[in-house]
Amino acid sequence: MSFLQNQNFLDVLYIIAFALFIQGLRGLSGPTTAVRGNRIAAVGMVIAVIATLLNRNEGNWGLIVLGVALGAAIGVPAARQVKMTAMPQMVALFNGVGGGAVFLISWGEFRLTHGFAHTATYITVSSLFAAIVGSVSFWGSNIAFGKLQEIIPGRPISFGSAQQIVNLVLLLLAIAAGADIAAGDHSEAIFIGLLVSAALLGNAVVLPIGGADMPVVISMLNAFTGLSAAATGIALNNPALIVAGMIVGASGSILTNLMAVAMNRSIPAIIAGGFGGGGAVAGAEGAGEHAGTVRSTTAADAAIQLAYSNRVVIVPGYGMAVAQAQHAVRELTKELEKRGVEVSYAIHPVAGRMPGHMNVLLAEADVPYDQLKEMEEANPEFQRTDVSLVIGANDVTNPAAKNTPSSPIYGMPILEVSDSHSVIVIKRSMNPGFAGIENELYYDPKTEMLFGDAKSAVSEITAELAQI
Amino acid sequence: MILASTLTTNLSILVLAGFIGFVVISKVPNTLHTPLMSGTNAIHGIVLLGGLLIVGLSGNDAFNKVILVIAIAFGTINIVGGFLVTDRMLEMFKSKPKPPPDAGDGNGEAGDGKGGAS
Repeated sequence: MSFLQNQNFLDVLYIIAFALFIQGLRGLSGPTTAVRGNRIAAVGMVIAVIATLLNRNEGNWGLIVLGVALGAAIGVPAARQVKMTAMPQMVALFNGVGGGAVFLISWGEFRLTHGFAHTATYITVSSLFAAIVGSVSFWGSNIAFGKLQEIIPGRPISFGSAQQIVNLVLLLLAIAAGADIAAGDHSEAIFIGLLVSAALLGNAVVLPIGGADMPVVISMLNAFTGLSAAATGIALNNPALIVAGMIVGASGSILTNLMAVAMNRSIPAIIAGGFGGGGAVAGAEGAGEHAGTVRSTTAADAAIQLAYSNRVVIVPGYGMAVAQAQHAVRELTKELEKRGVEVSYAIHPVAGRMPGHMNVLLAEADVPYDQLKEMEEANPEFQRTDVSLVIGANDVTNPAAKNTPSSPIYGMPILEVSDSHSVIVIKRSMNPGFAGIENELYYDPKTEMLFGDAKSAVSEITAELAQI
Repeated sequence: MILASTLTTNLSILVLAGFIGFVVISKVPNTLHTPLMSGTNAIHGIVLLGGLLIVGLSGNDAFNKVILVIAIAFGTINIVGGFLVTDRMLEMFKSKPKPPPDAGDGNGEAGDGKGGAS
């Protein structure tokens, strides 16, 4: 049985494990192969864990069983019960938990080696990097969770103009503590100082970020956790950890970049914080330009308009998620399809609170995958659309992004609903969206507003339709 | 035979994995970005290995045992919770033929067994 503990054998298992991760993620390129892909990655994970358990072990099996049992007892019910509307919180929490594991492991390593005494410098540096990034990710993710769960107010909380200086000082403190330890200081107080600076930095970075910027923040924290895991892999000389961490890092980075592009904002500008402030000023300017009138409609009129269309495009936004209206929307779609109306969904990359949020909700309501259109695909088709039905989406439909160079969202790619023959907007009130920017779309003569909660408004339209 | 040092070997793995990650993840459509994120949540749960390796070494005092058990629990939450929730979501995307929506749960449970085993 000794070959089981041979390092080469274990390394082969690790290589099989990371090959399965990569193969699994390749499956995510389409909905038909994705389920299998996820399971392939899970098999890889089982192999990696088994390989690690085969390692020489001084007999702390009780602790291992305890930790795994605790984790499973929390993780399984959470994963089974979480509502699809709450996925952003769930992902934020999982990011945080991963970052937490990383900095705790690094701390444990520090204490076990008596402050990285007799440890190769590169191992020390990787562990310290992991500790800093893991701690930032843990605290940042918990704040993001708190905001999404509305335990903490979603609006930006910041030190104002001093914010960047505070962040920079905290970062430098963490790096200075790390440099001191790497230079041979074995004091645990310094290490705790490093963790605390990084923790405060995590708080200071995420607190000023408002709700609509959450897709960027969650993606970024995802990347951080991945990179810290890769650093742990270097410190522990474990190829599976390095590869898995790096892939997650790459994934998070790609998503962060995609989200920032979709909002036409630079990542540093988002981290520097506060969308609300700048937007409110410009919103006031915008309000003057629109002396136009807003026309409101009723569910009955909207139903008639929809029933006699050939083509309807539904544009969902965060309002649909908040109202849990996805099932009602699906019912409406079915009712329209019975009448031969062609229905599709146009989904902006940053609609909702995390990348792909709308798609998950609609998939939950059984909307066929091929009715979900990405922005590039949807935009050219608005011109031949009779009615665009906007449900709880705002800034992502604002024509100011195309027409008004002074608007803070100018240049942001939008869903061009104003190209369609007519537009119905379901919205609670005329309050501007998160960015505090007036939406020109609502003053367009083609547009009619249906005020109300997304779920009840959609259900009313469906009920009216049934009577036509 | 000349062997590269551990550091340079690991750095090579790191850099290559980064490039592969970019290529593979770039092919994931926007529609599947939420499951991608929860799936990568599960994969970074691999830090569990770090906890398992260090808790197995001799010389951990009581405080270390506590933080390592927490780290192991955190890693397990990521792995088990991440794969399960991703499975649940992806089943919804797959549901092309029209069984009642509840059918998704049955399939989800098939995946649960696997997740639990880890």
